[in-house]
Amino acid sequence: MLRSRFAPLLAFVVLIVCVQLLAVAADKPQYLTQLTMTGYYSLVIIGLCMLIGYAGQISIGHAGFFAIGGYVSAFLATYNLMPHKEKAFTGILSKTGLLVQAQDLYGADILVFHPWAACIAAVAVTMLIAYVIGGPILKLKGHYLAMATLGFGTIIYKIVLGTSLFGAADGLSDIPGFRILPGLEVSGKSSLRIHNYYIAWGIVVLGMLLLSNLINSRVGRALRSIHSAEDAANAMGINTARYKLNIFVLSAVFAALGGVFLTHYNGGIGPSEASIMKSVRYVAIVAIGGMANLWGALSMGLILNFMSLRGYFGSYDDAVFGIILIIIMLFAPEGLLRRELLQWPKKLFSSKAEEKKA
Amino acid sequence: MSLLEVRGLCKRFGGLQAVGNVCFSVQQGHIKALIGPNGAGKTTLFNLLSGVIPPDSGSVQFDGADIQGMQPFQIAEKGISRTFQHIRLFTHMTALENIMIGRHIHSRAGFLAGMLNLPWSGKEQKIVRQRALEIMSFLGIADHAGTDATSLAYGQQRVLELGRALACEPKLLLLDEPAAGLNMRETAEMAKLISKIRDTGVTVLIVEHDMSLVMNISDEIVVLSYGEKIADGTPLAVQKDPEVIKVYLGEEEC
Repeated sequence: MLRSRFAPLLAFVVLIVCVQLLAVAADKPQYLTQLTMTGYYSLVIIGLCMLIGYAGQISIGHAGFFAIGGYVSAFLATYNLMPHKEKAFTGILSKTGLLVQAQDLYGADILVFHPWAACIAAVAVTMLIAYVIGGPILKLKGHYLAMATLGFGTIIYKIVLGTSLFGAADGLSDIPGFRILPGLEVSGKSSLRIHNYYIAWGIVVLGMLLLSNLINSRVGRALRSIHSAEDAANAMGINTARYKLNIFVLSAVFAALGGVFLTHYNGGIGPSEASIMKSVRYVAIVAIGGMANLWGALSMGLILNFMSLRGYFGSYDDAVFGIILIIIMLFAPEGLLRRELLQWPKKLFSSKAEEKKA
Repeated sequence: MSLLEVRGLCKRFGGLQAVGNVCFSVQQGHIKALIGPNGAGKTTLFNLLSGVIPPDSGSVQFDGADIQGMQPFQIAEKGISRTFQHIRLFTHMTALENIMIGRHIHSRAGFLAGMLNLPWSGKEQKIVRQRALEIMSFLGIADHAGTDATSLAYGQQRVLELGRALACEPKLLLLDEPAAGLNMRETAEMAKLISKIRDTGVTVLIVEHDMSLVMNISDEIVVLSYGEKIADGTPLAVQKDPEVIKVYLGEEEC
């Protein structure tokens, strides 16, 4: 029981180490940069996989939560409070240690929020928004829910694009590094490349551990039962509305954390992170990964996001993910990498045999 | 002592009075059957009792508390669980997992405990699994614990759904046509199982078309026709009731 749960995690850790060693041995350390970014995108993917694959609730708006996380933490970590230094609330904030003194590009002193404070605020804002919009829209089902989440994603995109405090079309830049713990700093400095690769994938491993535990728990069973027969789940005493809302918020938090870390790593965030095509990409990856298959989603996310970031798809980047989604929905609406997939050829032949008999 | 007390229950769908002013009660420890021709409102009545749809008026008292208008999951927590006319098992899950979901209200590990796999939630999980296996052996389907629920034979799926409802440890079990689609042998086995369940102290309310099953196991029978109660009594009394004979066989042949 324990072995079967930890074996894939262990294999995954070994893979992460091998990839790093290989990248260095092949003298392609720049690959590690894209792999690090892929790690943070993977957080969105695995969270969304829980929502879509296990609980059966679609969201085409998760880029919105990613952007909320990224933008809130970027804004708080860069917004200079120095001009307000004399005001009472700034004094209180700096006494509680939430603020830090830093220097901007030109060497001038600035007073900004500590990245930890910014990160916690970002997660809190995301949870609040997810609860507020999740309550009403999760009453919807199927494509109505898809449309509602699409609407939410569009609103967030338009807000970040149109708000000058958020840098409008330019986004926010010069985001400082995020020292998670002494000696662990999320930042884009090339001297910290390997260091950051391990931070990113370490966080993903932690996320995978938490979520695979969840799948095998009472809550995981409840979520899968909601996916399969919501009315029957409700009749078994499962508060389906609350479970759907909680998993929606949890997946939003995973997306927001991806946004927070990637923003600190890249040193900036732009409105394209909130675009609908990003949301479509996340859904496409969960779908091709097999819907209710956390490891499938993670591995497809790793491959496809890495290829996309390396520019393999050129200017057809968004089109590739759109096409993937269309193909999956047409030919394998329950996802591609599924256990049942192995039985599929068998079924094909047996149904043909039956037809012949008839 | 009556466990369930239904008073003046009404439900209207547009111009159709699906359930009209129905009153009856179910005694603790009894098997009560609900019969009537197609469209008599039996399933609607079940949906009203289990909270799937709210009644327009009337009251449902269960175990001394009003439960009308409650959500299905709240009613399940109160101690009523049900099966469905069209089998509603959880797909992509084993038979055992289906029963384990029935233990939901008797366990409490939430999101945090689940993600962190806390020691007490692991212990709870073991107890849930153990209890689910006990229920499967009680019903004689323990051999199929690891089988995918939907790849079981139809009759076994019916029994599994019964087991899932039983896993809630209900005071009242609502069975919606448990013998539908079963052959004679399976129906007889189902009748035995239902009696066996009643003998453990569970009160049963059953909707069923199979008269051999209903007449054999029920302590009392309520007959509905066009949403209204036309008879209520022991199987013998109901069989002789001229009103019941009329709706079942037609007036001419009376």
